Amino acid sequence: MRLDENDFALFGLPERFALDRADLDARWRRLQASAHPDRFAAEGAAAQRVAMQWSVRINQAYRRLREPLTRAAYLCELRGAPIAAQSNTAMPGDFLLQQMAWREALDQANSDAALATLEAQVRAAESDLFAQLAVALDERPSPATAAEHVRALMFVQRFRADLGERIDALHD
Amino acid sequence: MALLQISEPGQSPDPHTRRIAVGIDLGTTHSLVAAVRHGVAECLPDARGRAILPSAVRYLDGGRRAIGADALAAQADDPLNTVVSVKRLMGRALADVAGHAKLPYRFVDKPGMVAIDTRDGVKTPVEVSAEILAALRQRAEDSFDSEELFGAVITVPAYFDDAQRQATKDAAKLAGLNVLRLINEPTAAAVAYGLDNASEGLYAVFDLGGGTFDISLLRLTQGVFEVVATGGDSALGGDDFDAALAEWALAQAGRTATTAHERRAVLVAARAAKEGLTNATTQTLTCVLGDGPLSVPVTRAQFEALAKPLIDKCLAAVRRVLRDAKISREDVQGVVLVGGSTRTPAVRVAVGEWFGRPPLTNLNPDEVVAVGAAIQANQLAGNAADGEILLLDVIPLSLGIETMGGLVERIVERNSTIPTAKAQDFTTYQDGQTAMALHVVQGERELVADCRSLARFELRGIPPMVAGAVRIRVTFEVDADGLLNVAAKELNSGVEATITVKPSYGLVDEDIARMLREGFAKADDDAVARSLREARVDADRMLLATRSALAADADLLSQAERAELEVLLADTESVARSDDHHAIDAAVKALAAGTEAFAAARMNRGIRQALAGRSVDEI
Repeated sequence: MRLDENDFALFGLPERFALDRADLDARWRRLQASAHPDRFAAEGAAAQRVAMQWSVRINQAYRRLREPLTRAAYLCELRGAPIAAQSNTAMPGDFLLQQMAWREALDQANSDAALATLEAQVRAAESDLFAQLAVALDERPSPATAAEHVRALMFVQRFRADLGERIDALHD
Repeated sequence: MALLQISEPGQSPDPHTRRIAVGIDLGTTHSLVAAVRHGVAECLPDARGRAILPSAVRYLDGGRRAIGADALAAQADDPLNTVVSVKRLMGRALADVAGHAKLPYRFVDKPGMVAIDTRDGVKTPVEVSAEILAALRQRAEDSFDSEELFGAVITVPAYFDDAQRQATKDAAKLAGLNVLRLINEPTAAAVAYGLDNASEGLYAVFDLGGGTFDISLLRLTQGVFEVVATGGDSALGGDDFDAALAEWALAQAGRTATTAHERRAVLVAARAAKEGLTNATTQTLTCVLGDGPLSVPVTRAQFEALAKPLIDKCLAAVRRVLRDAKISREDVQGVVLVGGSTRTPAVRVAVGEWFGRPPLTNLNPDEVVAVGAAIQANQLAGNAADGEILLLDVIPLSLGIETMGGLVERIVERNSTIPTAKAQDFTTYQDGQTAMALHVVQGERELVADCRSLARFELRGIPPMVAGAVRIRVTFEVDADGLLNVAAKELNSGVEATITVKPSYGLVDEDIARMLREGFAKADDDAVARSLREARVDADRMLLATRSALAADADLLSQAERAELEVLLADTESVARSDDHHAIDAAVKALAAGTEAFAAARMNRGIRQALAGRSVDEI
């Protein structure tokens, strides 16, 4: 095992999108239990350094594997289709139209009920995109298609964060 | 070098290498120290049997000071020189301290952190806190009849930012304490609570102290305490309940409190009335102001109406944390109440209703944080039987840097498990730009102006290139204390700059050395003797650790490597019997260096074993 091993190898998992969250969590705890600096508290600075490097690496991989979107983006990258969100902003027209409609709905929504309706819509669209993404990664692998779905989902999650802030603002 | 496991499971290490380590709860209202003695974590009382030390410091004539109950008793008589609730000032500028105009001090607004002018001179919150910590250190040393306190775990509110954490660490250093770790108060409470109740599952810790509010979600799984998310308000607590009640009472009576004496007197009276309302339904708030006595009856219902906006503020933070963690309130298996302010019945009721289950209160809410810290301290000192507990904590606030237009680019997101590191690439704005200013900030807002500024540093000597061609990789590394290091490197040329984030008002090591010389903490007469004992203990531990590592994994070494290691072991062993602590330190260092590759190989094996051949439900 090396520090620069890929995330899946580090966690002893196959390189695929489908993943059992409980199993991932258990693997993470097991890895931290053997690598966390606190385990080497009595053994001096050099031991702490080695442990710190491993512990950081394990947390980094765990964070990336845990979130479906970052896991998908990482798989795309491993398969030669990096997301490059900054230089790759061209999105399908109908997707952009839907985004604009959502933004408009968010601007106009000023009740819990209206925001909840919008949230349900967005959530449905999101799970639909995730289903397509799973197909493009695991069933009929097509890294380029998967990368496109990932970019779309990045827009959707951004929107959901804004929506969440609005809901909080209404409650505070 | 990293050697796995010193002793057999369940077996405690050699008693000769046992170290005394304490947990300290440095609270807004009161502070405690606890330690594991005879296998049990307990708070250490003072000579008169009191576990609680009020967090109050009074500066007297001639450089003397009173700490604790004596200081607290004088706060209304001598408000200018009696500092209470100093925790609210830690790592804060005057403008950051809500309601400072109502506090009875002569503030000195120094750049970065506020200070207080007393009859003994200007005191920073770090110095005041150090007085409290030094008193607790003394108590611990008296309890163990020992001058060799190995170190302390000190608790901080989970919501403390980098500046507040650094200030706490500085105060500990000033008090002559070796800080093993800063841990979050709710995490400490969860350790004490979880170990006591053998709990498993998802718990919320609702911690409302004198001056801070924290809400943390923790998952407990067989000795692993994983913080899932944390949030709160570092300036919301019981003091605010007192202030609201005091203001109300003055308004009821049509009176004003103008002098420092009067303000303190009415706050003290409000606190007494509030505490009385925990068990009674009516109280009378009484004190003496300059223009005569003040006496205002208050019912519990009236107080609860005043407390409601503050409790609602707490619950709003709870809702945000659950949303952050994508957890619904039904998933929470238990709610633990911590902090003296959770004694207020209205708080208990509101929390119980919100979560739909009665909160758990079976441990003393005043002591539970210190007890949890003591358990962790014992572990970090290497005294605990192997693998008892593991804390996986998070960073409470996002960390980022300033980009063009005063915007924040977040690099480490809040609620990331620590230790953590993350890198991001940036580029230059102008053609031929040879330097870049980096401004490190902490907070959740989009604009730099709304976040807390932590540090500024520059990367110079970038080779001139067209704008956008330069690639600067900025790496943030957060250690297990939640403290930050930032490094920047230009990838084409390899030019580098690094900074340990130390807020501008943080004490530099020379300051601490000077303050120690000025007799702040206890003078160490036999520093050499102490160094020698410490060096020997270190040597013993290294020998023991290396031998048990060899016993377990010698097959990872070639014969030549093994022989080299044996030479280092023999050297260390013979030097350890000498009286030269420098020579012992050098031998220990050589042994550590010589085992580094072995340590890496053992870590590797440990990781493989962690993944292989054990079923999920074992963990």
